[in-house]
Amino acid sequence: MRRLAPMLLAALAFLAAACEKKTQPAPSGEGGAQTAQQGQPAAPPGGDVPAGSDTILLGQVGALTGGQATFGISTRNGIEMALKEANAAGGVKGKKLAVRVYDNQSKPEEAAQAATRLITQDKVVLILGDVASSNSLAMAEKAQAAGVPMITPSSTNPTVTEKGENIFRICFIDPFQGFVMAKFARENLKLSKVAVLQDNKSAYSIGLTDVFNRKFTEMGGKVTTVESYSQGDTDYRAQLTAIRKTQPDGIYVPGYYSEVGIVARQAREVGLKVPLMGGDGWDSEKLFELGGSAIEGSYFSNHYSPDNPDPRVQKFIADYKAAYGGVPDALAALGYDAARVAIDALKRAKDLSGPSVREAIGQTKDFPGVAGTVTLDANRNAVKSAVVLKVADGKTQYVTTINP
Amino acid sequence: MAQLLQHLINGLAAGTIYALVALGYTMVYGVLKLINFAHGDVMMVGVYMGYATAFALGRDMRSSLVGVALIFAVAMLGCAFLGFLFERFAYRPLREKPRLTALITAIGISFALSYGFQLDIGFLPGASPRAFPEIIEPKEWITIGDRDVVVWNWQVISFLIAVGLMVALQYLVFRTRFGRAMRAVSWDHRVAALMGIPTDRVIALTFMLSSALAAGAGLLYAIKDTSVSPLMGLYVGLKAFVAAVIGGIGHVPGAVVGALVLGLVEEFVVGYAASTWRDAVAFGFLILVLLVKPGGLFGRVAAEKV
Repeated sequence: MRRLAPMLLAALAFLAAACEKKTQPAPSGEGGAQTAQQGQPAAPPGGDVPAGSDTILLGQVGALTGGQATFGISTRNGIEMALKEANAAGGVKGKKLAVRVYDNQSKPEEAAQAATRLITQDKVVLILGDVASSNSLAMAEKAQAAGVPMITPSSTNPTVTEKGENIFRICFIDPFQGFVMAKFARENLKLSKVAVLQDNKSAYSIGLTDVFNRKFTEMGGKVTTVESYSQGDTDYRAQLTAIRKTQPDGIYVPGYYSEVGIVARQAREVGLKVPLMGGDGWDSEKLFELGGSAIEGSYFSNHYSPDNPDPRVQKFIADYKAAYGGVPDALAALGYDAARVAIDALKRAKDLSGPSVREAIGQTKDFPGVAGTVTLDANRNAVKSAVVLKVADGKTQYVTTINP
Repeated sequence: MAQLLQHLINGLAAGTIYALVALGYTMVYGVLKLINFAHGDVMMVGVYMGYATAFALGRDMRSSLVGVALIFAVAMLGCAFLGFLFERFAYRPLREKPRLTALITAIGISFALSYGFQLDIGFLPGASPRAFPEIIEPKEWITIGDRDVVVWNWQVISFLIAVGLMVALQYLVFRTRFGRAMRAVSWDHRVAALMGIPTDRVIALTFMLSSALAAGAGLLYAIKDTSVSPLMGLYVGLKAFVAAVIGGIGHVPGAVVGALVLGLVEEFVVGYAASTWRDAVAFGFLILVLLVKPGGLFGRVAAEKV
C-alpha cells in the first residue's frame, strides 16, 4: 500500500506536465509562420480572431506523435498545401487563410481537449481531422456540441458522422472497405479460407473485421479463425501459431502500419507464406521499413493510388514532392482534399458562422479531389470508390478499383 | 501437440528476455531496497544506442560477429554510464531520505526518458516505432515435421545468454568479495561503511551492472520482435517487475523463474484464449502468488528491518 501514494503523486505530476505542454502554442510554423511569410499577419496569439480581421482561422487536430504519427504529419502537409494554393489565388472573401495545428499524441482524450481548445480559445471557423476514428469520435462530440463544423479527411468508422449534423467526412466508410477486401479476396485472389487478426483496441479494426467476415462468408468463403492483438504489442507469435494451425489461404489484418509490419515479419517466421490483406490503416512509408521483405506481395484497400495517371493527381504529387519530398500517401491526399472542400464551402457560404458554413459543406457535389470525386450524401459521408494496392519492391502498386 | 510445443518455445523465448530485465530490478532492490522504475526506460535507451551503432556500422559490418559484439558493447557500456549518472546525481543525494522519495524520483526519470525520447529534435528518435536491423540473421536451427515446431537461432542464443548471466550473477553475489560487499550493504549500508566497505562504490557498481544487463536484454528483445519505440521500456519494464515480484524480489534465481513462468503464462493465454486476457491473467497470477506466498515463489517473508 505504501507504494500507492508515490505512484499517485507521479501520475498527478505527469498529468500536470502534460497539460503544461498543451498550453504552448502548437508548433505553428504551420499556420502562423506560413502566413507571415506571405506578408500576412499571423493569427493573433491566443487565437482570438475578431470579426473583420483579415484572417480566417481553421483548426487541425492530428497525431503528430505517438503510434500513428505519420498520419497526422501527412494530413498536415496536405492541408498546408491547399491553404498555400488558396492564399496565392487570393484567399476567401478577401481574407487569407491560416490553420492552427494541435497534436493529439495518437490518443482520443488528447484529441477531445485539442478540439475544445480550438473551439473555445482559438475560435476557429471549422475543424479538420483526425485520421484515426477513435480520435475523430472524441473530437466530433465537442464540435457537434459547439456547433462548429468538422470535416474528417480520413476517418472511416461509420459512427463518426453519426455524432451530428456538423460532422462531415470526405472518404468512404469502413463497411465499404471490409466489403472491398472481401470481394477482392474472393473474386480476384480466389481465396476460400481466410484467417483474421484484428486489433481489439481499435474501433476501426473491429468494424472492418465484422464486415469482412460477413461479406466473405456470404460470397461462399470461410473465415477459419479470428485472433486478436492489442495496439502496441510487438509479439504476435502465439496468435500466428494458432492461425497457422487452421491453414488459411490468406490473412486479413485490418490494423495500423506500426503493428502490421511486425505482424508480417512474424507471420513469415512461423511459416505462414500466404498473402496478408488490410485496409487504409496500412498506408504509411513506415510499413515498408517495419515489414521489410515480409510485407511484399500483400494487398490493402485505399483511397487513392499515386499511380493514377490523371493530370490533377500527378500535379498534386509533383507539388507535394517539391514541398516535402517523398510520394504523398493517401492521408496527405485526403488532407489536401478536405482542406479544399472546406475552402470551397467557405467561398460559397453566406457568412462565416457555423450554420452557414455547415450548410455550404453539406451541398458539396462532384467536387474534383485528388483522391476521387467528392459528393456528400444525406448522412454527410462521401460516396467514393476504393482502390486495391499491392506492396511490391518497397512501394505500392495499383491493382484494381472497386466501386460501391 | 506440436502447437503446444511451439507455444512452449515461444513462451520461454519471451520469458528469458523478461528474466534479464527482472535481474536488474532484483539486484538494485536487493542492495538498496529501491524499486528502480526507470530500469525499463534505461533498457529502451540502450536499445536506441544499439540501433544507432548498428547504423553507424553499416549493412555489412553490423551482422558480423565483431559488429554484434560492438553493438552490445556500446549499448551496455553506454547504459552502465547512464546507470552511474542516475545513481550519482538522482539517487545518492536521496539515500538518507525516506525510501518513497527515491521511488518517486525513479518514476520521474522513467517518464522523462520515455516521453523525452518521443520528441523529434536533435538526436532524439521521435515517436514512431522503428525496425531494428537484423544484426543476427534469423536461422531455423531445429525444425520438426512440416515446420510444425521451429526453434530459431536467436531463441537459443537468448536463452543461453540469460542462463549464463544468471549463473554468473549468482556466482558474483555469493562467491566474490564484491558480492559479499553487496550483501553487506544490503543488510545495512551504514554498518557496512563502518566496517570499511566502500558503500558508495558498491552501490554505484550495482546500478551500472543492472543497467548494462538491461541494455543487453533490450537488444535481445529488439532482435526478437524487430520493433523499437520509446514506450517499449514502460511495457517491458512493468512485466519484468511483475516477474521479479512473482519470483520473490531480491532473489536472483527467483527473478529468472518468475520471468519464465510469466512468459509461458502469457503465451498460453494468447495462444489458447485471447490476447485481451493476457494482462488480466498475468496480473491475476501475480495476485494469486502474493496471496498464497506473500514473499514470492522463492522469497521469505522478512519482518521489516529495523
